Formats: sequence, structure tokens, C-alpha cells
Amino acid sequence: MARAASARRRIAFTIIGWAVGFLVFFPILWTVLTSFKSEGTAIAIPPQFLFFDWTAENYATVQSRSNYLRHMTNSIVISLGSTLLGLLIAIPAAWAMAFSPTRRTKDVLMWMLSTKMLPAVGVLVPIYLLFRDFGLLDSRAGLTAVLTMINLPIIVWMLYTYFREIPADILEAARMDGASLGKEIVYVLAPMAVPGIASTLLLNVILAWNEAFWTLNLSTSQAAPLTAFIAAYSSPEGLFWAKLSAASTLAIAPILVLGWFAQRQLVRGLTFGAVK
Amino acid sequence: MGSIVLDNVSKTFGDAVVIPAIDLDIADGEFVVFVGPSGCGKSTLLRLIAGLEDVSGGRILIDGEDMTETPPARRRLAMVFQSYALYPHMSVRGNIAFPLKMAGLASDVVERKVADAARILNLTDYLDRKPRQLSGGQRQRVAIGRAIVRDPVAFLFDEPLSNLDAALRVAMRLEISELHQQLKRTMIYVTHDQVEAMTMADKIVVLNAGRVEQVGSPLELYRNPKNLFVAGFIGSPRMNFLSGEAARKLGAATIGIRPEHLALSTSDGLWEGKVGVAEHLGSDTYLHLTIDGVGPLTARMSGEFAARPGETLRIAPEAGKIHRFDDKGMALS
Ligand SMILES: Nc1ncnc2c1ncn2[C@@H]1O[C@H](COP(=O)(O)OP(=O)(O)OP(=O)(O)O)[C@@H](O)[C@H]1O
Ligand SMILES: [Mg+2]
Repeated sequence: MARAASARRRIAFTIIGWAVGFLVFFPILWTVLTSFKSEGTAIAIPPQFLFFDWTAENYATVQSRSNYLRHMTNSIVISLGSTLLGLLIAIPAAWAMAFSPTRRTKDVLMWMLSTKMLPAVGVLVPIYLLFRDFGLLDSRAGLTAVLTMINLPIIVWMLYTYFREIPADILEAARMDGASLGKEIVYVLAPMAVPGIASTLLLNVILAWNEAFWTLNLSTSQAAPLTAFIAAYSSPEGLFWAKLSAASTLAIAPILVLGWFAQRQLVRGLTFGAVK
Repeated sequence: MGSIVLDNVSKTFGDAVVIPAIDLDIADGEFVVFVGPSGCGKSTLLRLIAGLEDVSGGRILIDGEDMTETPPARRRLAMVFQSYALYPHMSVRGNIAFPLKMAGLASDVVERKVADAARILNLTDYLDRKPRQLSGGQRQRVAIGRAIVRDPVAFLFDEPLSNLDAALRVAMRLEISELHQQLKRTMIYVTHDQVEAMTMADKIVVLNAGRVEQVGSPLELYRNPKNLFVAGFIGSPRMNFLSGEAARKLGAATIGIRPEHLALSTSDGLWEGKVGVAEHLGSDTYLHLTIDGVGPLTARMSGEFAARPGETLRIAPEAGKIHRFDDKGMALS
């Protein structure tokens, strides 16, 4: 009896799980499908799901009209660069706050997070003017710098929670076992901190990859990442759904692949702080 | 080589005075137990000796050398933590070998010492496992193995058995005592379990609110507690305390009598008490009685002792086993 009930429950959960998963994934699936339709089919009512004339012509058009490779290189440089730069600043910061907290540590953390509560447009004009005056507009360096700053609070917070989970006892044990500070870091702290740093890196690369506000406002062509590449098909040619879909598919493909391979780290990253 | 001397050591955290000032001599090879209620500063004192906390005042001498300012890594002490504090990313072998590698020993020497320690602690079959694949008792043994390989001048234990179940705790208690006999090294052992203290210690240090209440061998503390706190803390079940008229007759503010030093009968005795609850442990029976106008009392009788609840019995304290205390709680001789 009990076994049958639990089997039924498992089946129900499986079905619900797949249904929710499909629902969440549907927009992406639809985008990919649309990218293989002709413009006419793309807007056809009722919408056609699988049985239409598959065509790769949108991809060819998108390829010939814009320089996908350059946008992708920009995206990689900017998201990876800003993440690495962010980690470089955030690791010592989070480290200090996790391992030698003071009375003000919580306040500092809150203050950092509070910068994320300010709507980005609020500082668009001053940042834009600064970029103009320093000649950073439409430069990879400028975008990397701005994304580093935008995501820094998140990186610090994530690392802080990960570092906090490393039990102080273990570090003290290393000290008792005769490890100098250097050896303690290399043999004990680093191996325990690496998984946390890895998931922070992954999540942040994705955040930076998808960041659209600053990248769109501060770049035009030379440094424009994939967000600008998609946007180019959405504003002036908003009605060309098929081409827009092709551009979107091309833009999310690399990050989708990365996400697939890093699933486990990502799940830890997305739920950070939620569970102990 | 393993003598430890605390000279006027004190510790404050911010405004909180955790340890006012402690003097303590620990001889080489002694098994010393720090015992006291939760929050009395046992762990803090141990961590001061280890160097994991800085003293606020006073000096710590290890083997006659002033080590007050020496970092933990160079005090040549080994510590076993309550949480085991194993390195989760290293195998059992890696954990035990770690202190030896830190000391820069050659790999064949490390290999041999790890094998020796594993044999002593019955860990040979588990050397390649990770800590998370071990049971609590096995983890505890790895923590001990990590401590013994490097031949420290003294061992520090902070409630090492409190995460184990009762049966395992008794077994590990014995193992640690045997280890002490084998290694003949100074051991300082923190616990709030007075049974552990009584069974393992050469010398017990009873702490209360950061102060040393009394230092002595288990039997000294049992026979001649210096004050009410020690009298009440050492011994199980707890010593009975009576004040008022019963105490005044003996010229004391409070008198104490251990449950095992009471005789019960229907015929004669100093007091008359009514039986409440009887706890049967098999080997012993703990009887909880109430004496009119005096208060509650516990008596420890043999396992066969039978008494009905509500029955009235005569209670006779054993001659010479009554402890007398003055109004400040200090023992009167
Ligand atoms: N880092 C710290 N900051 C402030 N107060 C502390 C700190 N560490 C310990 N204390 C305080 O010092 C007192 C003694 O703590 P300690 O850990 O030494 O107690 P303990 O005797 O080991 O207790 P337990 O049996 O519960 O482990 C406690 O009141 C505790 O709150
Ligand atoms: Mg403690």
C-alpha cells in the first residue's frame, strides 16, 4: 500500500517537474524554433509548432549583416574580464570580512548591497559624462570596468557567504598542526574556498554576459557585445521575428553551453545563502 | 618536557571578563581535566594555552619557556577539537600526515609514522577514505591520530567525546586513558562531564566563572571539597545540601551529605523522611525523599532496595561523612 502510494507520488512529482521545466524552457525553445522559420511563418496565426519549412536563411542573413564574431569576442572579453577583475578585488574583501569580522562588517555588507538598490538610470548621466570625458565610450576597457563595479557587491556577498561556511576550527587545527599562514592558505583554505569561488565566477560570467543596460548605453559598435547584437534586430526591425530569434539564439548559445556543463556549481550559486 | 605553567593569566573579551586571573601548575606527564559548567571559560583557557587566543595579562610557560607570545604553530602542542576539525578535502592518510608534512619530514618517515598511528587507532582500513565517509567515532580517532603522530609536548582536548553516543563515549574514554599510559605525555582535557573528569584525571581543575574553585586528585575533591560549588559539582548523584536547623545543630550554615552515605531503615536514624520517586538503575536505586521542615534528599541504595512511594523511613547519615560549610559556602574542617 505505502509503496504504491509513494510510487504514485513519485510519478506525480516527475510529471510536475517536467511540466515546470518545460514551461520555464519554453520561451527559449520557441525562440530557437522561430529562428528556423521564414518571416511569414514566424508571425503566422495559429502559430506553427514543428511542421513548417525549416530554413537556415535567417542565420545567413544575420551573419552577413552583422559581425557576430566580433560581438561574441567582446562579450567574452567583457564578461570574463569584469568577473576576474571583480574576483581580484572581492576575494580579499570577502576574506577579511569573513575571517576577521568587526562590529561594522554587517553594515559594510549592507552598504555594498544598497548600491544595487539604486536604479541604474539614476547614475546613467554622470557615468555617461565620465565615460565621454575619459574617452571610454564604446571601449572594452570601459565596459569591463563598469560591469566590474556593477557586479562587485554580488561577488563580495557570494564569496562572503561561501567563506563563512568554512569552519574556523579547521583553520585553527591547521595552525595547531604547525602550518604557517602561507601553508594554511595553500593547503587548507584554498582547497575549501575553490568551489565557492568557481560558482561565483560562473554565475557572474552569466550576469555580465546578459547585462544589457550599461552595455547598450555605453557602446555603439567597436566594443558592443552580443546584447547590442540582439538589440540591433529588435529596434529598427522589430517586426522581423525570425531574424531577431536567430540573433538571440546565436547570442545565448555560448552561455547555454557553459551553463550546461557547470550545472552543479550553478545550482549552489543560485541558491547561495538560502540553505546552510 | 611537557610541564605547563599559567602565571596570573587573564582574558577579557571587550568588556566581558571571562578569566579574571589564574595560576596553575601542570607537571610533565600529568592528565589534567578542566571541568565546570557551560560557559565557565574551560575552552577559553585551553585556547589560551594553545595560543589560539591572546592572553589579556599574565604569562604561559611551556617546558619552562615563556611562550606567551609564541604563535600556536610553534608551541609544539596538539589539539583535538570537539568538532574534530578534520580537513574535508584530504583523505584520512592526508589528515594524519598533515602535521608531519608541515614539519618538513621526509616522505618515507611520514609514511611510517602514519602507518604506526593508524595501527594504534585501528584506522588502517580507512586510510584512503575521506572524513565524510567515516562514522563519528572513526572521525574522532583520525583527529587523535593527527595529534599523536607529531609527538607533541602536550595534548589538548576540548570536549572530544561530546558528539558521540553514550556507549562509544565510554569506549573512547578508555582508549584515551590507555593512550595516556602509553605515551606518558601531558594531557589537558576539557569536559563538563564530571564522570569523565573523575575517571580519567590525575588532577582535576574545577572552574567556575573563570575562577579555579579547587585543584586536586579526583578522590581529594570527592572527599574534601573546599566549598559548596565543588561539593555539588563532583559526585553523582549530586551531594544533598541541608541548611537551617539541621545544619545549625552541627555548627554550620549548610551541611552536605552524599547520597551514598545515607542509610535507610524503618527503625532508627537522625531524620524521618517520606519516599517520593524511586529510580531503579539495576545496580543502584536512587530514592528521592522529603524530610519535613528540612527539604528534599536523595539516597543511593543497592539495586535490590525496595520502598513504596509514600512510605516513611528513618534516615541515618554515615558517621564522619557529613560535610560542613560556613555562611560563605567554604568548607569547615
Ligand atoms: N570570542 C568571544 N567573544 C566574546 N565572548 C566570548 C568569546 N569566546 C567566549 N566568550 C565568552 O566567554 C565565556 C566562556 O566561554 P567558553 O567557551 O570558554 O566556555 P566553556 O566553559 O568552554 O563552555 P562550554 O562547556 O559550553 O563549552 C562565555 O561566557 C562566552 O560567552
Ligand atoms: Mg567549550
